[in-house]
Amino acid sequence: MRYHTPTSFSDAAAIAAASSGTLRFLAGGTDVLVQMRAGMVQPDDLIDLKHIPGVDRIERTAEGGWKIGIAVPGIVLGGHAELVRDWPGVVEGMNLVGSTQVQGRATLAGNLCNGSPAADSVPGLIAAGATVTVTGPNGSREIPVEAVPAGPGKTNLARGELISAITLPPRGKNGGDAYLRFIPRTEMDIAVVGCAVNLRLDGDKVVEARVALGAVAPTVLLSEACAKAIIGTTLDDAALAALAKAAEGEAKPISDKRGTKEFRIEVAGVLARRAAKIAYDRAKGMKA
Amino acid sequence: MARDDVKTGYKYVGTRPNRPDGLDKVTGRARYGADFSLPGMLHAAVVRSPHAHARIVRIDASKALALEGVKAVVTRADLPTGLTGEDLNLQDNTLAGDRALYDGHAVAAVAATSPLLAQDAARLIEVEYEVLPHVTDVDAAIAPDAPVIRPGVADYSVPEGMHGNVARYMEFGHGDVEAGFAAADVVREHTYRTEATHQGYIEPHAAVGQLGEDGRGEMWVCTQGHWYIRRMCSAVLGIEAANLRVTPSEIGGGFGGKTTIFMEPLTLALSKKAGGRPVKLVMSRSEVLRATGPTASASMDVKIGMKRDGTITAGQVYFRMQGGAFPGMSPIGEALPCAFACYDIPALKHEGIEIITNRPKAAAYRAPGSPMAAFAVESMIDELCRELGLDPIEVRLKNGARNGSKSSYGPVYDVIGLQETLEAAKAHPNYSIPLGPNQGRGVASGFWFNHGGETSVSLAIGEDGTATVSIGTPDIGGSRASIGLMVAETLGIPYEDVRVNVVETGALGVNEPTHGSRATFASGKAAVIAAEAAIREMCKRAAAEWGIDADAVEWKDGAAHPAGPNAGKFPPMTIGEIGAKMGSTGGPISGHHEVTAGGYGASFGTHVVDVEVDPETGRTTVLRYLVVQDAGTAIHPAYVEGQYQGGAAQGIGWALNEEYIYGPDGRLQNPVFLDYRIPVASDLPMIDTVIVEVPNPGHPYGVRGVGETGITPPLPAIASAIAGATGARIRSLPCSPPKVLAAIKALKKG
Amino acid sequence: MSRIHVTATVNGDPVEFLADPRETLLDALRNHLDLTGTKEGCGTGDCGACSVTVDGTLVCSCLMLAAEANGKRVETIEGMARDGLHPLQRKFIEHAALQCGFCTPGILVAAKALLERNPDPSETEIRYWLAGNLCRCTGYDKIIRAVQDAAAEMRQDHRGAA
Repeated sequence: MRYHTPTSFSDAAAIAAASSGTLRFLAGGTDVLVQMRAGMVQPDDLIDLKHIPGVDRIERTAEGGWKIGIAVPGIVLGGHAELVRDWPGVVEGMNLVGSTQVQGRATLAGNLCNGSPAADSVPGLIAAGATVTVTGPNGSREIPVEAVPAGPGKTNLARGELISAITLPPRGKNGGDAYLRFIPRTEMDIAVVGCAVNLRLDGDKVVEARVALGAVAPTVLLSEACAKAIIGTTLDDAALAALAKAAEGEAKPISDKRGTKEFRIEVAGVLARRAAKIAYDRAKGMKA
Repeated sequence: MARDDVKTGYKYVGTRPNRPDGLDKVTGRARYGADFSLPGMLHAAVVRSPHAHARIVRIDASKALALEGVKAVVTRADLPTGLTGEDLNLQDNTLAGDRALYDGHAVAAVAATSPLLAQDAARLIEVEYEVLPHVTDVDAAIAPDAPVIRPGVADYSVPEGMHGNVARYMEFGHGDVEAGFAAADVVREHTYRTEATHQGYIEPHAAVGQLGEDGRGEMWVCTQGHWYIRRMCSAVLGIEAANLRVTPSEIGGGFGGKTTIFMEPLTLALSKKAGGRPVKLVMSRSEVLRATGPTASASMDVKIGMKRDGTITAGQVYFRMQGGAFPGMSPIGEALPCAFACYDIPALKHEGIEIITNRPKAAAYRAPGSPMAAFAVESMIDELCRELGLDPIEVRLKNGARNGSKSSYGPVYDVIGLQETLEAAKAHPNYSIPLGPNQGRGVASGFWFNHGGETSVSLAIGEDGTATVSIGTPDIGGSRASIGLMVAETLGIPYEDVRVNVVETGALGVNEPTHGSRATFASGKAAVIAAEAAIREMCKRAAAEWGIDADAVEWKDGAAHPAGPNAGKFPPMTIGEIGAKMGSTGGPISGHHEVTAGGYGASFGTHVVDVEVDPETGRTTVLRYLVVQDAGTAIHPAYVEGQYQGGAAQGIGWALNEEYIYGPDGRLQNPVFLDYRIPVASDLPMIDTVIVEVPNPGHPYGVRGVGETGITPPLPAIASAIAGATGARIRSLPCSPPKVLAAIKALKKG
Repeated sequence: MSRIHVTATVNGDPVEFLADPRETLLDALRNHLDLTGTKEGCGTGDCGACSVTVDGTLVCSCLMLAAEANGKRVETIEGMARDGLHPLQRKFIEHAALQCGFCTPGILVAAKALLERNPDPSETEIRYWLAGNLCRCTGYDKIIRAVQDAAAEMRQDHRGAA
């Protein structure tokens, strides 16, 4: 295995494009090293991105959103008070990944590129309307987060392409987001179901909403049906019931060692309701 | 074997001093299995079957051996032939013969100059398999269409006509169960199931072995019992026990799983083939989960009759247990006697079978068999209590075993503490805390026989009056401290003046492992007797010095005293004074004791747990937990509490989330801690403990083993608490959220 | 396979070694630097027995390549006792917060990192911070109590010194 430490994204993309064997990028490494250890992957080229200047930074964008470096670990996200104030749902999703120790290494970009439908940070990013900058041999492009995953363990990035930054839009007024997942223990498990809700209020009424569901389909789902169920409502019981029904309808899960299909469908509705309430309270400026 | 001199009024016993190995263990200095290295040492890796059941057609190691730095490969062809019985089973499990019998079964091993190189080489060893039909489920394995895994495996006990996967049959009981059921007001009958779980010790198996051309070898290994390692490795490799010297490392947990061998002989076989260079082999976590001793899975029919006043009139069980692909490994022989061990019931019938499956060779796991049996029987008793509106502790007080009860499995109980644990649980504040919505309380009792076993201890008095104790039972949880306390108490010298060492196989007679909750009981008892022998010798030395009869000298507070005014007036002669002069008064002073220790006493416990169940997700939160258990005498109460708490935590894991999950391909789907879900710190509340002390007359300080009983009650107690919270009874562990939610929904549908 | 030259500071001491690019920091600590106090329980970041800090951040050393430690400051269990035992080490012994002791180094390193961030953690905060440190022996009760007691003592000492 060759271990590379490029100092620019274009160099990284060039090394990747030139590699003819098994290739992996290394940010936090909390998935790649596990896969190497299990013998699931034996990279010929491992490209460590942490030597690229700026990858460990969190910066305000000119528009008032956030640009997050691809090597920022979860513990740094969680410790960033302004980011947490703007996007608590995004941060709490990332902070649910693994242990305190894993939080010291794991990154949003890595969690996204690992391609798991159960990735805890991805529903929050999608609900927030986050985008990623994709850098390849031919330059860079900006795509929505939901366009990255292609299926379990797969992304839509072409060979030689990698994510070079994650951008969160400006929070704006009267907005709130939240992420909840279901796991059998209290920590350390992979999500059996996950749900992120991001919404904006006008008075008591939901005027914008994005709802993303995790672990109920081959990729994290952005659900329009769920959003529709609550837009225009005050998130009363009828709206919550409609949201739960929509989430159950969107969920197309499998049964596996972590949960049954029936369970995942049912709990998708429960989590959608609960996450929406938290997001609503946050949008109202209530502590949640 | 009862001693009539059980001591009371102690100076050291019952105190909580720092354990002697504490400093090493908080500084990283303690050496565990994987921490040993030797000059010239090679590293090994194992090739394992990816199939649940397959004929091994061909093994080709030529590509691996061609790698620079690869020194040896061993397959079954390198091991001696002609073994029989359990020795053959051990050898079959060390390296597969003509067939791989479970996913993860070792097929070949390789030694190379680095761990990564050994792993690379293992990947280059080509094994051709012919996949055979498999079965992993205990009930499916006796279905008419199930493939027979080990033809001819049934022993003499199996009646004609049973399925070819049945290896053993057992039956016993007393009284007239039919009359008993007829006398009951309510008779209920259900089937309960438990999935296999793993001991889950955090330290993977590790060994460094060295074996020369002369057939003499050494091994450093993490084990609960190094004499067992010596005997088993010798048998598997065809060498003489005396020629293998085994030194135990510190051990990172065992819970029964390190009482046998798995990969240890491979280090020796590879070493011999590599010209005698030492070989280190450390298992990965997934190897541990795939190929080392999980416990049995069980399917259990229970029938119990109860009168409206709570009197149990009769009980009947039929247990089916699988212990993997090898006979004799399921704990059916323990589970059946444990089933009703907490009760005094006039009519009981027990039947059970052991079933062969394509799963790893089961090993002991903390009170083997008892947790499953308790899940079945204690759950059923709780169901009857709820149906009849009876208090579960009162029903147990009414029917529970007491001193002089004839046990369900035959012997009469001497002095036991079950009733005391029930009274203490009833009186504990946890039993009367009001419950909120979606909350429920569960109660269950549990039992373990405990064990004595082969034990050798020696004790030497130092020139400065200190004492060195050599024991052969590895210290997993503070037994150096507890044995040190008993020796200090006996000799009348400070705890700090006693050093207890766990010594290698060359330094003592045979010892059984630290198993059966025997270390503090048996090594402790032998150490006390050895200390008494040293005291007798010291009294003799004092007597000679004083010119009086040895019988006229008594030992107290660490010194020889004249036994009374008639013995003469001499100032006490301290152990330090005697030790300083021993070279000129007759030579070194020591004591030793070798025994198959009897007199062990059963330990009973009663647990009370409160849970809250999320009615929308089926997720269970343990709110509070109480363990009450009889320790006989708690030598070091902090480590007794630790055993209670640790046992409860393992039982909670078994009840809620731990399980072996096999796919339709017969492969284990969750061989990592990510998906084999043992409790994490945030899953548990503080675990309250009450140590009941009903001294065991079979031990000089009244000790009962305390290690195992604690894992037994949590399984039924949790399931009963969930039933209290939701109305839904889970009869199949684990009580995982999908199962609990489905049960809640089924209840709503009516 | 060409090896990578790594220089780092471990427990305050300068170290250098040659690492196979696939080797983890855990492998390097144990096999190249003879620091066997850091344990491997799983190799997949699920048990925390290999916890160390790298430039002050708590990590699993099994989830980091040795090569990634180049130029970093690594602290392991062997560096925890400075002028005598750390209060956590002392309290773990006093409270019988270890049975087999195998998870203990990782838990001590993790707990130290917690108390440096939060000198007065609640029971819940301690439990969640340590959720990635599996202990199979104790049921965690005595571990939590030992951390609480060490934290209280350290706060007392801190106040005394101020």
